Parts: sequence; C-alpha cells; structure tokens
Amino acid sequence: MTGLIVHAAGPGVTVQDLGRAGWLAYGLSRGGAADRLALAEGAALLGQSPALAALEMAGTGGSFGATGPIIIALTGAPMRAMLDGAPLLWNASHALAPGQRLQIGAAMDGVYGYLHVAGGIGVPEVMGSRSAHLSAGIGAPVVAGDVLPAGPATGARAGRMLEPEPRFAGGTLRLVPSAQTGLFSAAERARFEETAFVRDARGNRQGVRLAAGGAGFRPEGALTILSEIILPGDVQVTGDGAPYILLSECQTMGGYPRIGTVVPGDLPRAAQAAPGTVLRFRFVEREAALADHRRRAAGQAALAARVRPMLRDPADMGDLLSYQLIGGVTAGEDAEE
Amino acid sequence: MNSPDTSTAKAARPEVIAMGLSGLLVRFSDRLDPAANRAALAFRAAVVAERLPGVEETASSLGSVFLRFDPLVTDAGELEVRLGALLAERDWRSADLPSGRRRWTVPAVFDGPQLAEAAALAGLTPAAAVADLTSAPVPVLALGFAPGLPYMGPLGPHWDIPRQTELTPTAPAGAVVVAVRQIIIFPAATPTGWRQVARTGFRAFRPGTAQPFALAPGDEVILQAVTVAELDRLVAEDPAGGGARVEALA
Repeated sequence: MTGLIVHAAGPGVTVQDLGRAGWLAYGLSRGGAADRLALAEGAALLGQSPALAALEMAGTGGSFGATGPIIIALTGAPMRAMLDGAPLLWNASHALAPGQRLQIGAAMDGVYGYLHVAGGIGVPEVMGSRSAHLSAGIGAPVVAGDVLPAGPATGARAGRMLEPEPRFAGGTLRLVPSAQTGLFSAAERARFEETAFVRDARGNRQGVRLAAGGAGFRPEGALTILSEIILPGDVQVTGDGAPYILLSECQTMGGYPRIGTVVPGDLPRAAQAAPGTVLRFRFVEREAALADHRRRAAGQAALAARVRPMLRDPADMGDLLSYQLIGGVTAGEDAEE
Repeated sequence: MNSPDTSTAKAARPEVIAMGLSGLLVRFSDRLDPAANRAALAFRAAVVAERLPGVEETASSLGSVFLRFDPLVTDAGELEVRLGALLAERDWRSADLPSGRRRWTVPAVFDGPQLAEAAALAGLTPAAAVADLTSAPVPVLALGFAPGLPYMGPLGPHWDIPRQTELTPTAPAGAVVVAVRQIIIFPAATPTGWRQVARTGFRAFRPGTAQPFALAPGDEVILQAVTVAELDRLVAEDPAGGGARVEALA
C-alpha cells in the first residue's frame, strides 16, 4: 500500500476528516478539521470525497516523503512548500515520487494548512472517524517516523489549481442567536457588535480567545448559569468577560453564557484568524443566514467546477510564491473581500 | 396559598429556543432541578422513539434537550410545532428515571488543592465537607463538557458556590471538582473554573474499548474516602476503574 512518510512534523500536525457526529449525548464533540472548507477544496483538487481524511497542520508543516508515487494537494492557510528545494504552489495538486522530499514550512497567513493525499489518509477509524481528537484522548499527533497509509486513489491528477475563498485575514463574523443570547442586554449586544476584537495568542482546536481594550462583556445576572449544550461556533463569554469562539473540538456543555453563534460559513474564517488578527461580529437575521448557508452548500458542490489546470509547469518558475499565475491569484496573500 | 406560585408555573412550561441554524433547545428549567432533569431524560427518549423527521442527533443536559437537524432539509418552525405537540402530551416533570440505572462506589483521596477554599465557601470545615460529600449517592444528571464527564447533583444548598472567575489551567484526569451544587469527576486533564476537592482513579471515558462511556444519566455515584496508599493500590489493580464498584439499581 502506498503511504506518506513523515520525516518531521510540527507540534500541531494531526489527521482530520469531517469529524465524528452523533456522540454529543456522551459529551464528545464532533471534532474534525478546523477549516472544513479546506477539506472540500482539497477534495475538489483531487477529484475525491470531502469526507476523506487529510493532514491538518497548525501553524507549521513538516517534511514528508512517499513510499510510492502519490498525488497530493495543499490547501488552507498558505505555507511555504518546497519539493526537493523547488517551490510548490499552494491550493494546487502535485505529484510526489518516492525519494522526493516535500517540505512545508510556517503559515504565511492563517493558522491551519492541509496536506491531502489522493485516496485520503487511511488510518483506522475510531468511533466512525479518522480524526484525532486530542482533548478527548482519541488519536495522537503525527510525528517523525509515522507512515500514513493512503486509501485507493481514483484518477487524481497533479497540476490542478483552485482559487481559494479568502479567509485568512479576519473581518466580520456573522452571528445568529443561541440559547443564552437573551441574557445579554440589547446595549451589551450593541457594544459587542461595535467592538474590534483581536485574536489572542491563546487558541487551539477547541477555541480561540479574543481580546478587546474595553470592559469585559457580562450577561445580566450572576455567573451561575445552568450548563447547557455547546456547539462549534458558539461565542462564549467566560468569567473575565473575554469572548471565546468555540471550534470543532470544543466542550459539549458548559455554564458560561454564549452571546451568539458564528454562522457555519464564517467558521473557517474564525479558525484561520492568526493571533493578532482583528475580528468583529454582526448579528444577522436567521433567514439571511440560512439563505447564505444554502448558497454555500451549493457552492461547495460546485467547487470541482472551479478547478483549473496550472497554466505553466511549476518547475519553470523561479518564485511561485510571488508569481501571479492568473490575475489575483497568488499564494493567498491578496485576500479579497 | 393565596396567589399562584409563578415560579412553578414558569418552570412547568418548557421553552423551545433556536441554537444557531441547525439546533433547537427544549429547556425545562434554567435552574438545577431534579424534576426538570427527569423531564429532559424522558423527553429525549421520547423524541428518539418518535423518530421525528429531520432530527439527526439529540442530547440531554441538566435541564434541557438539544436537537440537531439539517436546516437545508428541515424547517425549524415545523419541527417546533411537532415538539410542541409532544411536549403537550404529558407532564414530563413527573416522568420516571430511565431503567437500567446503576450505582457506582468510587474511591477518592480528598486532598484537592481547593478543598479548604471550597469547604469554606460552603460554610464547612474541610473534614465536614469530606463527610458531607461521601455521605450519600449523587445522581448523574448529564454527560457532557468532555467525553463521558458526569455532571452530578444536586448537592445540598450550602454547596451553591460560584465558579472561579479565573480558570485553573489544568485539573488532572480523575479530579473531583465542585461548583453550583454539582460535583464532577474529570475523565481527562482539563482547564476548569470549578474547585478541586479530591482525586480518583476512575476513568469515565475509555476510548478504544467496547464500552467507551462508563456512566449514563440516571446512574448514581457515591464517593468513598480512602488514603493515598489505598488509592495507589486500587489504581495499580484497576487502572481504568480506580477500584470503583458497580451494582444494579433499577
């Protein structure tokens, strides 16, 4: 069986798929890729199912090889990638031959980069998913010496590229109400919407803390709130008044009030906000959020139609990271809103 | 009584609240209340049995039931109507606890770093707090926060102590923590705003085993104070259970 050899890996490299839904009643959150859109983009580039597992690389990648010829794709936070010393385009598919060395460095924008292999990463499923859920004690980080099996590939091709949806520079996240939104006064919610938050250094796959210059946010009433179900996207306000955006590996229940929930389409942008990135929030009507959700669901299905062949052989280009292949498409630094 | 008890009247009428785009919460109470917990357990079982169209997942918490649905397929308003009809079928607060319940006796060393602080907030000496916390079985009200983690209670009203405003960076696996009339045994190391009073060798989540979740809502847990040497011996003999014993209840 063909596999991906891990020569070196950063501290936050794990196998992730769409997660394991259905265990909420037992206290296990869905988990899965922090940026689910990146899974869909990788699947489109390789012509396969977005349910297949990929390597998620938080902050920095690693050094990889292959036991046999494989096709890979790179998506999510753009990272500096080299194949035997030659730069590789991000948001594209490439061939990796045995003996070649793929090196993936630090993220230039965003947080989570993804290394996909044709056929998906075929580590065994645990409770219906291949995702590591480290806070739950499921799976382990990927480390040097690991050989990750690839599933059966079906016609993936190198040299394909995709213009990613910009999501690595923060911006305004849309909120819809959650079960405790009503505990915050209208004035407090308005102040929340007017505040420019900065993504704090404290953050992981469970959630990211936001900092603001002014006073903390408080619900009306005491800290004693009955613990209720929590979902990824919920914006929780802890005792010190700082909001946390909860991500895929969040706790499933908690007693800190939640002022709202980030709509699913904006969650990749929340997860990909690197420390120091400015984020704002805006409450939107349910119907508008639902219409956007419907449009995005269709858009993900149409991702495959947006995959294009690379115009030139990457080996001919000196510095792909700054080279404009097609108007507006670079390594992801020109995020357009 | 001359006037109706409005708090009871309010508690008797459950609320159905939207949680994001794909969730609904049926809240029986916003206070810790054993009757609301029984209602949540029974109502969740009824929703599962009813196979409401579009419902993809359900979970109960202390006093509420969460339902997940696909908003591109299922209309939240229609689901709310069906839930309303099911809610009106009976007084869910008078429902029985689920069958198949068990009682667990869990050995614990009461040397938690915040035992004295928690006891003082409850108006007790540390020794009296230990005696109090080991005196009677406490029901498992819900599993949540982390996999298999039991929320247990209610403890006596003197244990209505607040969470800390600052998080403790890490409480270890097996830690026993208290706040807001509830007691928890952490299945894995976790940051927490609750105060740690004891530690156990009990692992409520055992990933990779046939029965990954030890406890179920409706079970009861009684803590048994043991010495450090005794707990060490029990953990050596029983690494996942820490010497916990289990018996059938109903």
